[in-house]
Amino acid sequence: MPVQEIKFYQTGSLVVGNRLLDPERRTVQADPGRPNTLTSGHRACQGCGEALGARYAVDAAHRATGGRIVVVNATGCLEVFSTPYPETSWRVAWLHSLFGNAPAVATGVAAALKVKGRTDVRVVGQGGDGGTVDIGFACLSGMFERNDDVLYICYDNQAYMNTGVQRSGATPPAARTATTQAVGPEPGNPFGQGKNAALIAMAHEIPYVATATVADLRDLEYKVHRAMEFRGARYLHVLVPCPLGWATASSDTIRVARLAKESGLFPVFEAEHGEITAVSKIRRKVPVEEYLRAQGRYAHLFGDPPRTDVIAALQALADRNIRRFGLLDEEG
Amino acid sequence: MLKQTEGSQAVAEAVALCRPEVICAYPISPQTHIVEGLSRLVKSGALAPCEYVNVESEFAAMSVAIGASAAGARAYTATSSQGLLYMTEAVYNAGGLGLPIVMTVANRALGAPINIWNDHSDAMSQRDSGWLQLYAEDNQEAADLHIQAFRIAEELSLPVMVCMDGFVLTHAYERVDLPSLRQVDAFLPPHTPSQVLDPDDPVSIGAMVGPEAFTEVRYLAHLRHLRALEVIPKVAAEFAAAFGRDSGGLVRPYRLDDAETVIVAMGSVLGTLKDVVDERRAHGERVGVLAITTFRPFPFAAVRRALRGARRVVVLERTLAVGVGGVVTDHVRAALADAAPEPGGAVPYLRTVIAGLGGRPVTTASLHGMLDRAVTDRLDPLTFLDLRHDLIEREARRERAAERV
Repeated sequence: MPVQEIKFYQTGSLVVGNRLLDPERRTVQADPGRPNTLTSGHRACQGCGEALGARYAVDAAHRATGGRIVVVNATGCLEVFSTPYPETSWRVAWLHSLFGNAPAVATGVAAALKVKGRTDVRVVGQGGDGGTVDIGFACLSGMFERNDDVLYICYDNQAYMNTGVQRSGATPPAARTATTQAVGPEPGNPFGQGKNAALIAMAHEIPYVATATVADLRDLEYKVHRAMEFRGARYLHVLVPCPLGWATASSDTIRVARLAKESGLFPVFEAEHGEITAVSKIRRKVPVEEYLRAQGRYAHLFGDPPRTDVIAALQALADRNIRRFGLLDEEG
Repeated sequence: MLKQTEGSQAVAEAVALCRPEVICAYPISPQTHIVEGLSRLVKSGALAPCEYVNVESEFAAMSVAIGASAAGARAYTATSSQGLLYMTEAVYNAGGLGLPIVMTVANRALGAPINIWNDHSDAMSQRDSGWLQLYAEDNQEAADLHIQAFRIAEELSLPVMVCMDGFVLTHAYERVDLPSLRQVDAFLPPHTPSQVLDPDDPVSIGAMVGPEAFTEVRYLAHLRHLRALEVIPKVAAEFAAAFGRDSGGLVRPYRLDDAETVIVAMGSVLGTLKDVVDERRAHGERVGVLAITTFRPFPFAAVRRALRGARRVVVLERTLAVGVGGVVTDHVRAALADAAPEPGGAVPYLRTVIAGLGGRPVTTASLHGMLDRAVTDRLDPLTFLDLRHDLIEREARRERAAERV
């Protein structure tokens, strides 16, 4: 009788086979009683990374707290596609105020809960990269600095997608947006700009900072759970591909997110009190070109002739991340 | 309890008597002493349970108040001038969401040029933000209005701005009668919001509303403001019954019986105006003052009633709408126009006096001079009190010299 070898990774996609895990280690999505905090019927685009990331993250926060959460949402795609009056997709207590104030509003909710003696109820703030690293950054930094008891999640799709794909402070170099057009001698977003919000969060020495992508949703869930074990300010930065803004196939959202991590362009790590405590190693290193080619926002790099200089500069950024965060095993 | 105290301290103590649960603090002159006073009270534990949040900007101050109020807490903040402008987006948001936040605005001019002294430009810039606006005449009323403001805000589910003149009131030591906590507790019940963020009964607050319902949302807000025209006098009457003094309400007439000339004003200048009126009344002149306490919603009917019989109305403005003139004047004109609905009907003689911008003192001498002209029908339609013509002429000369042909 031939022996069937059981492979932990069934498909070669590096996705963990859920049924092989102990029930308590399974994703919250495998639970028939999953909360569906962001339930179906919302108006996100096909293949929206943010809708996927938000559902997993808020469901995980819901499970971690026994359903005792209040969510504060910045203006942006997530808010617009989930709550067009008179409908809502949120099955949790949810508040939207403005574009640039979600961290401060979350602080206010946390303060009210503390006064009311409801410290069992936890607060999750969330927004896109524009609402977080640009217009909401002062409020975010203030919330961090005061160490308010808020988990803030940034769903980073690297541009202002809700308004039609304009550059943000999280837009990567060379990426085409509506305000960094793919024309001229240096097409796309300039090099040497932008900010790393997770590292800035760490500089506040808050209890917990982590990055994640929607390519590894188990990792995202774990990090939300881990974040909920701390009191004080916590920050989670989640890479969420946007088929519209990145000009990718809507079936490619997970693959592109994985390539971002596996190329080294998007380092996935955890930090506690300002110190990095864990990094997700690259399992199968890919050149940045593989990541870039999958996306129309970099199409100008692959014309005739191709911009090998720009691709090399992007590869250098990935290599720097790999060195800086130790993303490869020694033998890798 | 009677005490001789600074206006800001009186307001801090009045707010403390209202058992605020979340206080958001950011310094700006001339408001700062209020949040300093509250800091001392919260830090000492006297206000427990109360969260005092030191925020990084006025925008955050109002945003924290929004979150706290939406989660059911009694929220308070205070600001002035540029700070009020900086939080404007959140001010409108709180108005639209109908959150019963109370905010003190220590009235100060708006820059440029930067100026820390008193006028009403800051609060006037927010007159259509969906907040109710009450203007204090003195420190006793400033303290009393805060106690009333929480009642009004929570009864209507609308935010209330209590406006008090910066420095003139905030930094002035006056005799103020502060009630006991027991008295305030009897007047102001605990806050029981109709809708609150609660995991046990989850609601979505702050949805996007499109053309199909936006007008209706705004219309309902308008109706709530109109209801405030009934609630504000009712609360003022209950306050008078409970505390034994008149504070608040919509408008307050002073010696208006048989008055031919009426000066309309808001805020601390009313004290000086009343002195001037008393002096002129002593000489037999039929003059009076109409204090507007509630500017939002604007009490058109009450103003119209109060001005019935006046031959001349002079509106003393503490702000200038550049290129237009007076802001309060436009409201008074609308109130008076309602009194003469016939086409071509006569509207009383109405004059605007811009006074006390950026902290320039409004003196009895200047007011007498202005009234001398008013009662003899020699006042320009738009008059700037104590305008320094020498300064203007010098600048005009300089500009002419710099002109290139």
